[in-house]
Amino acid sequence: MRRAFLIAVPFVWLLALFLIPFAVVFKISLSDIALAIPPYTPTAKDGIWNMLSQLDFENFIFLTTDNLYWRAYVSSLQIAFFSTLFTLCVGYPMAYAMARAPEQWRPTLLMLVILPFWTSFLIRVYAWVGILSGEGFLNQFLLWIGVISTPLTILNTNTAVYIGIVYTYLPFMILPIYAALDRLDGSLIEAAEDLGCSRLKAFWLVTIPLSRNGIIAGCFLVFIPALGEFVIPSLLGGSGTLMIGKILFEEFFSNRDWPVASAVAVILLLILIVPIVLFQRNEQRQAEAEK
Amino acid sequence: MNRLSSFNAVSLTFGFVFLYVPMLILVIYSFNASKLVTVWAGFSTRWYGELLSNEAFLDAAWVTLRVAVISSSFATVLGTMAAYVLVRGGRFFGRTLFSGMIYAPLVMPEVITGLSLLLLFIGLGMDRGVLTIVLAHTTFSMCFVSVVVSSRLTTFDRSLEEAALDLGASPFEAFRLITLPIIAPAVISGWLLAFTLSLDDLVIASFTSGPSATTLPMKIWSSVRLGVSPEINALSTILIGLVTVGVIAASIASKHSALRAKRDEQAAARAQ
Repeated sequence: MRRAFLIAVPFVWLLALFLIPFAVVFKISLSDIALAIPPYTPTAKDGIWNMLSQLDFENFIFLTTDNLYWRAYVSSLQIAFFSTLFTLCVGYPMAYAMARAPEQWRPTLLMLVILPFWTSFLIRVYAWVGILSGEGFLNQFLLWIGVISTPLTILNTNTAVYIGIVYTYLPFMILPIYAALDRLDGSLIEAAEDLGCSRLKAFWLVTIPLSRNGIIAGCFLVFIPALGEFVIPSLLGGSGTLMIGKILFEEFFSNRDWPVASAVAVILLLILIVPIVLFQRNEQRQAEAEK
Repeated sequence: MNRLSSFNAVSLTFGFVFLYVPMLILVIYSFNASKLVTVWAGFSTRWYGELLSNEAFLDAAWVTLRVAVISSSFATVLGTMAAYVLVRGGRFFGRTLFSGMIYAPLVMPEVITGLSLLLLFIGLGMDRGVLTIVLAHTTFSMCFVSVVVSSRLTTFDRSLEEAALDLGASPFEAFRLITLPIIAPAVISGWLLAFTLSLDDLVIASFTSGPSATTLPMKIWSSVRLGVSPEINALSTILIGLVTVGVIAASIASKHSALRAKRDEQAAARAQ
């Protein structure tokens, strides 16, 4: 009885506020826009059968005819993929160095990585506006040391979006990789070196495979949210930056076309199902390995 | 290994410079006297004064604080229950679905969560305001709480609970007297995580709030869209300062409790 209660409360909560809302989005994505409020038809008041018979794939067909949406999906995937790669390139050496640092430093280093993670996301993105703008600190610095003679345009370009994603998601990459490297038994690397591996080869053949779960978890933790990112492309990107999170937000709040916004969300969700399922598998495997 | 190789030292230095310089610039320039945010014109606390006399910001801060306290408390209760069910509940109908619903919100893009909740609230005819933001924040942050708590529960020595049950405690008493004190640090950090997530959220709050409730991130957003402003720098400095103090205090507290546990263990070993 108690057990049933314990299971039911969080279960029902998540069903009502996580799963059912998706069903609502799916239903609205099949509806037509109306000028009344809420701006879509039909509603359940029209009767279930009536409601079902009026649903169609018009909005999805509309998405395929307007190539803005396709370009936005492709460019979101591209930006998310490359920024995940860059984050891995910055994050892995840091996680590795942290795991190799003297024991007494590690809690401090870990805290230094976690601190930005707790700091407001919005503020950390905002910090880059002042750095990357035309008369910003980066340009001032580069002009001062004489590397460039005219200010670079970085803000409002895709470069700024990449910098923003790498910066804000870096702790998500470092923490799981550090956790995996921290558990790694150092004698395995010594054994590989004793058996004639060069240090680089030992790293490639032993360290990388043994930290694989951390790398996978880190990459998914960056890639999946980056794909639907809204704040970074709106604040750092320009009018040429096409990202689906931004389009969805604008479609909803500026154009007030809820059915099309819902259809955009449904397709984004379909794209995300594969990485989300892979991420969960990886998490479960890791949880089982720890038991 | 007692020393860092030079490669490791370089990557750590580069990484931490990258992580901290932007925030440092923000903090320094919040004390700038000039309205132009990239030109230094002497030290001043003028922007802090203007911030504290800005009613709109104070109202938004109050809304945000209320939402964060209420939603993180609900999220902690629900998340701890969910973690307990996942780790100790055994098999039950819908377990895979349940664990899927716990993990999916962790990575779900905020625009999707926000949109879906908004459409639900509108479908139900609910007035949007503080209540709807609280419901939305509770939902996504309970999943974070549940992950934090369940990682503590998996490493927990189950025989302690079983001993309490053998000695005549009811399951609830065993939970309250044995399990809860042991997982308390994880529950507290879960609460803190939920609290900061709620404090920080812009996208979901924008979708689920109505004209009656504006949160601090929404207020910050509407002013940073127009560019860098010294008032926002001052506000950011205050928030960064609060987080820094909180994180350092938490790490000192956990170090103390670890030391105490070690002392207790040693005392117990001596007593034997």
